[in-house]
Amino acid sequence: MRTLQAAEVGDGALPDMGAVEVARRRVIVRDCARRSIRRRRLTGRTMQVICLIAVPIGVAPLVALVVATVSKGAGALSIGFLVHAPTPEGVPGGGISTAIIGSGEIVAYAVAMAVPLGLFVALFLFERPGPIASSIRFAADVMSGVPSIIIGIFAYAVYVEQFHRFSNVAAGFALGVLMLPIMIRANEEAMRTVSVDLWEAGISLGARRSRVARSVVLRGALPGVVTGNLLALARAVGETAPLLFTVASPTLAMTLLIFNDATQPFPDAQQTAWGTALVLLGLVLILSVAARTLAWTLNRKTR
Amino acid sequence: MKRHDDDQDEKLSPASDRRAHVDDRTALLVRETRTPAERGDPGPYGTAVTLEDVSITFGDHVAVRNVTLQMPARQVTALVGPSGCGKTSVLRAINRLHDHTGGAVRGSVRLGNLEVYGPDVQPEVLRSRIGMVFQRPNPFPTMSIFDNVISGLRFNGVRSKRLLREMGIAALHNAALWDIVKDRLHQPALRLSGGQQQRLCIARALAIEPEVLLMDEPCSALDPVATAKIEDLIRHLSSEVTIALVTHNMFQAARVSDNVAVFLLGDDRVGELVEVGPADQVFDSPSDARTKAYVTGHVG
Repeated sequence: MRTLQAAEVGDGALPDMGAVEVARRRVIVRDCARRSIRRRRLTGRTMQVICLIAVPIGVAPLVALVVATVSKGAGALSIGFLVHAPTPEGVPGGGISTAIIGSGEIVAYAVAMAVPLGLFVALFLFERPGPIASSIRFAADVMSGVPSIIIGIFAYAVYVEQFHRFSNVAAGFALGVLMLPIMIRANEEAMRTVSVDLWEAGISLGARRSRVARSVVLRGALPGVVTGNLLALARAVGETAPLLFTVASPTLAMTLLIFNDATQPFPDAQQTAWGTALVLLGLVLILSVAARTLAWTLNRKTR
Repeated sequence: MKRHDDDQDEKLSPASDRRAHVDDRTALLVRETRTPAERGDPGPYGTAVTLEDVSITFGDHVAVRNVTLQMPARQVTALVGPSGCGKTSVLRAINRLHDHTGGAVRGSVRLGNLEVYGPDVQPEVLRSRIGMVFQRPNPFPTMSIFDNVISGLRFNGVRSKRLLREMGIAALHNAALWDIVKDRLHQPALRLSGGQQQRLCIARALAIEPEVLLMDEPCSALDPVATAKIEDLIRHLSSEVTIALVTHNMFQAARVSDNVAVFLLGDDRVGELVEVGPADQVFDSPSDARTKAYVTGHVG
């Protein structure tokens, strides 16, 4: 849509305002509207068709991915697969219990570190705007773009090298660093959705800033905070690179197990890799659904 | 709140005096009990909008029921009543906005002789004959002042630059905004004050030269000075355009309208039209007891 230039608008001399003039202009607009309606409808229909075509094309990769993982991984699934420890190559049976437990442990460490930190940093950004907050926000934005392999090397340097051992704590630390910037930004955005009016209402009732932050800001932002944190978590669960340098054995984390077994020539190992991929996919799905459901429930409570 | 008022009425003599006075006066008047709609009196220019037995429902909820109402052309018809009694729903039925909000409209709505919900009616073409102004000023924030004014013309396929310019300027004059914005037509619309933004929205609605202008509490977000300007504008515009004005301000209705339609909530929480007629008749000698209570109770 082009903007009319000042010269084209002219001096704005008042046109004749009589009833005849009004009637003339009415005829012009009705005429234009009626004559152009066919073209406008056609444009609208065309756009609708393009959108309808775009939907399956956009969704197809996702569906294909799920179908492939389920069809290749379902064969490996059994109760034993989930509860038994891995067996050495060539020995039948065995499962991925160590990897599930290991991943759970790593994620627990990551959550313990990133969730409270993310919340407090976001509260600071919200409550104390200024140059410091701006630079932290900028740093968080940059951090969320850092490739995860670099975060892995970083965790290796500050933890594994210092303590001379690989451990799930180091891996949790790496994932925590990975999640932190995402959580900070999600939390802050959620707090911004709480209107200034409510904040002022709290302050004007004589509440301390910290009390308003707790009872009004945090409570109002809770659905967004929960969703944002769970989604960041779902993303971290699937990370492999930060674990490469930090976990002691590939059998101690699901993503490492997938990478390790999938690159082996033995069909059994490949089958295990697909099975593990399916379990991981299921876990991520559960986390995402939990995030949405929880946010929905929390939102509903306010109505 | 309501109970509180009643208490005061009993305690303070002036209020009950006033009510008694009104009762006396209405009793003495020889009343014309039929409404213009019932008399079939269309006003000097005919009837612009006709509603016949219109009911509007949202899912299971009936918003308003059995509304029969005629809006004489080139006059201001005020739809008044408390919140939630279906005034706005009725207004939005006229330009088929309920097509997009899931409301179901039954009965007959006519623009002139055109059946608004007729099978061959194209809603877009219909709406190019009806302008609408909303509660809060809603100029398009990404457009300049002038582009806002001519946006409706562009949406309706007007492409001639000469026409766009001419009709945009005319609309700004009609909305009494030209002198204020003539030197900053290309500034963002949001730089204007609230009252000016609302007049810009009126100009935008007027640019398509509507036959009917729907106004949904256009002053509720404005201060008294801006409100007075909009009210002047409404009076002025009604010489060319039929105006349907939703307001819960009885004084505003009394100031600007030729006809008044009073909506109230029925016993079953469904809105209904209880009285319609010339403004002076509805205010001075309402024929319906509920209207009388509402009009004289200084509610709203």
